[in-house]
Amino acid sequence: MQETIIEAGHSEKHYWRDLWRFKDLLIILARRDLTVRYKQTVIGIAWAVIRPILTVSVFVFAFHKVSKIKDESGIPFEIIIFTGVIYWNFFASAFQQVSNSVTGNANLVSKVYFPRLLMPLSSVAVPFVDFLVGFFVLIPFLLYRGVPIDWHILFVPVFLFFGFLAALSLGVIFASLNVQFRDFQQIVPLIVQYGFFVCPVAFSIATVQNLSWYKYYAWLNPLAGIIEGFRWCLIPGYRFFSFQSFIPSIVFVIITTVLAIYFFRKKEKTFVDYI
Amino acid sequence: MTVIEAENISKKYIIDHKKGNAKADTFSETFTQGIRNLFTKNSEEEVEHEDFWALKGVSFKIDQGDRVGIIGSNGAGKSTMLKVLSRITEPTEGRISIKGRVASLLEVGTGFHPELSGRENIFLNGAILGMKRNDIKQKFDAIVDFAGVEKFLDTPVKRYSSGMYVRLGFAISAHLEPEILIVDEVLAVGDAEFQRKCLGKMKDASTSGRTILFVSHNLTAVQGLCNKAMFMQKGRLIEMGETNQVLANYLSQVQKTALESWYLTPEEAPGNDKVRLKSIKLEPQFVGNLRHLDVRTPFKVKIEFWNMMDRANLNISLHLNSLTGECIFNIGTLSQSFEKGIIQAECEIPADFLNDGSYSISFMIVQDTSTVLYNFEESLIFEIEDYREGTSWYGKWPGYIRPKIDFPITQLELESVS
Repeated sequence: MQETIIEAGHSEKHYWRDLWRFKDLLIILARRDLTVRYKQTVIGIAWAVIRPILTVSVFVFAFHKVSKIKDESGIPFEIIIFTGVIYWNFFASAFQQVSNSVTGNANLVSKVYFPRLLMPLSSVAVPFVDFLVGFFVLIPFLLYRGVPIDWHILFVPVFLFFGFLAALSLGVIFASLNVQFRDFQQIVPLIVQYGFFVCPVAFSIATVQNLSWYKYYAWLNPLAGIIEGFRWCLIPGYRFFSFQSFIPSIVFVIITTVLAIYFFRKKEKTFVDYI
Repeated sequence: MTVIEAENISKKYIIDHKKGNAKADTFSETFTQGIRNLFTKNSEEEVEHEDFWALKGVSFKIDQGDRVGIIGSNGAGKSTMLKVLSRITEPTEGRISIKGRVASLLEVGTGFHPELSGRENIFLNGAILGMKRNDIKQKFDAIVDFAGVEKFLDTPVKRYSSGMYVRLGFAISAHLEPEILIVDEVLAVGDAEFQRKCLGKMKDASTSGRTILFVSHNLTAVQGLCNKAMFMQKGRLIEMGETNQVLANYLSQVQKTALESWYLTPEEAPGNDKVRLKSIKLEPQFVGNLRHLDVRTPFKVKIEFWNMMDRANLNISLHLNSLTGECIFNIGTLSQSFEKGIIQAECEIPADFLNDGSYSISFMIVQDTSTVLYNFEESLIFEIEDYREGTSWYGKWPGYIRPKIDFPITQLELESVS
């Protein structure tokens, strides 16, 4: 028979075992978010196709038709922007969903027990599915523009995984802070908005490579390496990614993940008192 | 076998006062406070904390198959206790060991999503309450049947009536089969028919050897369903034991306060220069061990007043009213000639006469059977508790009076099966 010990200070002795035991709930919560996402819309999942296409069109228009920014990579700018936007959308929406996951499920937190980590975990489902849809629009687009697919594409899951971990860990930290201080709800959209311009989303890192502060850029912006890595997977002969430049990203993701788990587990016991 | 063992459970909340350097509510306050604390040494002096113990040193053991009712006034710590037991919040001190799967129902339809259909919500809510997907599939038809929502299975629950919503929520919880069930006041919702259904289901669950913890203000339901009861007050466990015993002690403590009102001197008493109220008192005539007023208890109403007139013909007319103001009956004393001084009147209300509920007593002092000298309105308010045997209906008993009237029922003829 299952025995549970509740003890002041360390009630989650079997935290990770519990997380496994509640995997059904993880799936159901993820499915809930997916089902609800396009309820009462006429074209449903087609929105996941239309949104990135619109974003790409607007940025192609703004950056290259209006302000005529020159991308130094020599690769057609719509390919740079499309690959960047698909990846950034995944990261940004995962980060936003995870940040709001605990407060968004307040009714569950105050009424029933389950490992609280399920909320951020399950909220990545929607951005992930949106990414997949976008990705399957991106591939024909690349082929149409004469960009062939080679074995590098097999590394997409690796960069997706790092982006997932980065979004999840940052989001989890914000989610726990958000429970007590709703200020963070205000900050998150700003980070996403500014991040779009700070990270090499609508331009390639080649554009800033010759600038004097470039050597700090990669270290200060760990997402740059991940996004460029994603391009490296899809564009054969892409020269602006090296595994060396990926090291800051790996270090960053490991640190934030450890911090996020520590922070979340410390804070989750008091969620119900503040939510 | 002991399935729940709690040792010395305490739960502390810190209430902060906004005076002076109070708790920070926004990030900026925490931030500036943090900066300030860097420069000042005794930051503790500035913060005004108040500890509030929602639970304090609660220990108990619950055996398998026990149905335990938790009773106590608002703020006694009942809900906090359920939250600690269902692991929603962590105790500040103490240790609990629980053997078996726990399901807690602190709300009907926890986690229902308004956009999802009834069907989808059954699976969602079931999973939230800890059911496996296959269990839900197996019980799906029974759940739909119990809730009576077949026609609306594919309608989003945001279009459900509140009654349907509650029925669906309860139907799912009713089909949980945990070893330990924790229930908080969910029966306070829904109409009488639905409440009956719910209590019936709880009774079924209890006869199947499951352990149940049940918080309710419906003492009748606690009495009918539970074999044990816990009486809590101000975060402490006052008494735990046989339901009837604990209920009786609880009620006698709650009622102790309000059965009497009296005045020391005529100056402070209500009335006028002819008559003034000295005291009005309700005296229950307890039978056996009973120490609280319920429908079985006869009681006396005693009135004393100061008469400040010589040789006056006086009588009292007493009204017993329901709390909503309807007069249930009116009785009067004989008119008699009295001298200056204190006059007393007394009547006895028999057992098995008034129904359970709240009542008020008003009375008039009348001169020469025609002139009202003073009308003492609502001079005493009291409550009669419920008691019943041999029935599994725990809803409110209707009516103002509840006389024991002989009502024989017999079978007249046997119809032969042809």
